[in-house]
Amino acid sequence: MSDTRRTAPLSVAIGALGAIRSAVLPAIAIAFSGIGGGGRFLVALGVGLAAVAIGVVTSYVGWRRLTYTISETDIRVESGILSRAARSVPFERIQDVSLEAKPLPRLLGLVAVKFETGAGGADDLALQYLTAAEGEALRQLVRERREDVAVAAPAAPADPAAPARPADDAGEVLFALAPGRLLTFGLFEFSLAVFAVLGGALQYVDNVTSVDVWDVDLWYGWLKEQGSTVATLGPYAQALGAVAGLVGLLVIGSITGVVRTFLRDWGFTLTRSARGFRRQRGLFTRTDVVMPAHRVQGLVIGTGAVRYRFGWHSLSFVSLAQDDKEQSHVVAPFATMAEIAPIVAASGFRLPGEATRWQRASTRHRNDLALRDAAIFGVATIGAAIFAPTGLFLIPLGLAVLAVGANLYAWEFRRHAIDEAQVYASHGFLSPKQEIATRLKLHSVEIAQGPVARLRGYATVHLGLAGGSFAMRGVPINEARKLRAAVLETITATDYSRLDAPPHSAPAPQALSAAQSGFSENFLAT
Amino acid sequence: MDETPVPQPLDDDGALTKLHPNYSHALRVQTTLSSIPFLVGALVLEGAFRGEGLFPSGIIAGPVLLIALALIIRIPQTRYNARGYQISADRLRVVRGLMFRSDTVVPFGRVQHIDVHQGPLERFFGIATLTLHTAGNHNASVSLPGLGEGLAREMREEIRAHIRRETL
Repeated sequence: MSDTRRTAPLSVAIGALGAIRSAVLPAIAIAFSGIGGGGRFLVALGVGLAAVAIGVVTSYVGWRRLTYTISETDIRVESGILSRAARSVPFERIQDVSLEAKPLPRLLGLVAVKFETGAGGADDLALQYLTAAEGEALRQLVRERREDVAVAAPAAPADPAAPARPADDAGEVLFALAPGRLLTFGLFEFSLAVFAVLGGALQYVDNVTSVDVWDVDLWYGWLKEQGSTVATLGPYAQALGAVAGLVGLLVIGSITGVVRTFLRDWGFTLTRSARGFRRQRGLFTRTDVVMPAHRVQGLVIGTGAVRYRFGWHSLSFVSLAQDDKEQSHVVAPFATMAEIAPIVAASGFRLPGEATRWQRASTRHRNDLALRDAAIFGVATIGAAIFAPTGLFLIPLGLAVLAVGANLYAWEFRRHAIDEAQVYASHGFLSPKQEIATRLKLHSVEIAQGPVARLRGYATVHLGLAGGSFAMRGVPINEARKLRAAVLETITATDYSRLDAPPHSAPAPQALSAAQSGFSENFLAT
Repeated sequence: MDETPVPQPLDDDGALTKLHPNYSHALRVQTTLSSIPFLVGALVLEGAFRGEGLFPSGIIAGPVLLIALALIIRIPQTRYNARGYQISADRLRVVRGLMFRSDTVVPFGRVQHIDVHQGPLERFFGIATLTLHTAGNHNASVSLPGLGEGLAREMREEIRAHIRRETL
């Protein structure tokens, strides 16, 4: 039952609109330039119309020539006007299917369907655009096909003892951001990016008008003018002005943060369905991503220096698929640990608890880092003391002290732990960032040591995690070796091809349990 | 999984197998080749300043030549000594690095694909580079240079056989 289909006809209209949009600027440019003397408006109109016509025709032919076929095992897309390309992606390899609706397609009821395979960025398969209903149906279909393939094999040794899979209702909401929470979140997302945008705009003004914004004299003259006005105001007014400026900065930064957060995370909803997680968010550009639960390789619990003090954290899933620009999928951008816990449980992971035996990084590692950072500023201090005006050397000296303090404090958060099933690592400067990964889903173990580390007997343990990185820093070398032995014991017990199979239908339960006891012994030894 | 007794002693910290002796020769040739541009540069500088009479001839090219010689004589052997590997029934351990040591273990059960690569220099010396690719972002490919050509192919077959046994 394979049928060949086309994308929604309305996508031609969107392509055409895009063509018009890109034709407008050159047309205007011609109209206002000196080309062609008196008849230049006609020329501009002609060029514009030609561009639009070409755009519309290209868009139509492109639509005619793009077909997709859904067969039993894969999805195929054939495209190209002159050169043809045919891409096929097996359902098995699709990491997740996401629906994205930018403002314009959303008005027309269209969505872009993206199939993430983990191949990265441009190599992924995308269909632009399908009607919303069709997109949803396609996603459902892909999910069902994939389940067929996945379930067909291990279903045979039906294990009655296996706990019933949480195959409950299709959408249990795990996490949602209410507007009030979103506002709080936005305030913590304080950003001065708007000034960068203003800088860009100034540059633009510079290009378009004759005002040279990079002319120092111009600004200096303007400042002097303003400065003399300010100087006449007296010290109180000056102080007041400075405070007002700071407050203004704070307000602008907060508003930027809130606006950006609202645009990105409006209506954030995370739901748990029978086999995956589904995340919807966005005010104008609405995205809808589904992640299969078994594809989650690890978790990252992040936070910020300030929000950590208020108990706010974020949770991301590490997987081979990529989120928009980031490496992992944010599933709870701003939540308390109490809210994160159920999500973690639903993804089959465990949060570190009372029983987790955290190991701190070696104090030698801490001291070396502090010494290194202080030494950099120390050299600067000596330089400043000799060559710079008196008193200036205090600045690098102060920075050196700060660096030492920061390193000592960062040590507070640098920890790692291992238990029967998972590895944990935590690090951060003013706030901890925690990473959790399954021992079974690691791919390699490396012990790396620089010259200082070798001298002082500690190492960095890098664990190969698909779709992310996982490192434990400053681990004493003996502990690092034991850790590696323990992790390898788990990895070698199960082949890569069996990773995605549910643990209860593992091919050789005896072997696995033998390995289990093996590594718990190892764990004890650790 | 097969019936062979898998659990063997955890000898990940045990003695390393040395690479093919030709590897240090190959490294030496490589170092020589890469030092040639520096020598040529030094000679050109020397030629440029010859007429000036500012300093005695050979003051630039001499030290460069000495450093190059020291590197060519010393470094390949130390690098060769620093490298090593260890292969067991289910994993490969690769140790490398002079200053920055790294000690990586790749379980065969996580190998995605295997490469055996030979550059012209390696062909001449009859050695090869074995590269294991994994799905992890860190250590996405672990390469082990300086294996005897036959040994590299043998190891590839061994690892491949292991993968197939696990999957069947």
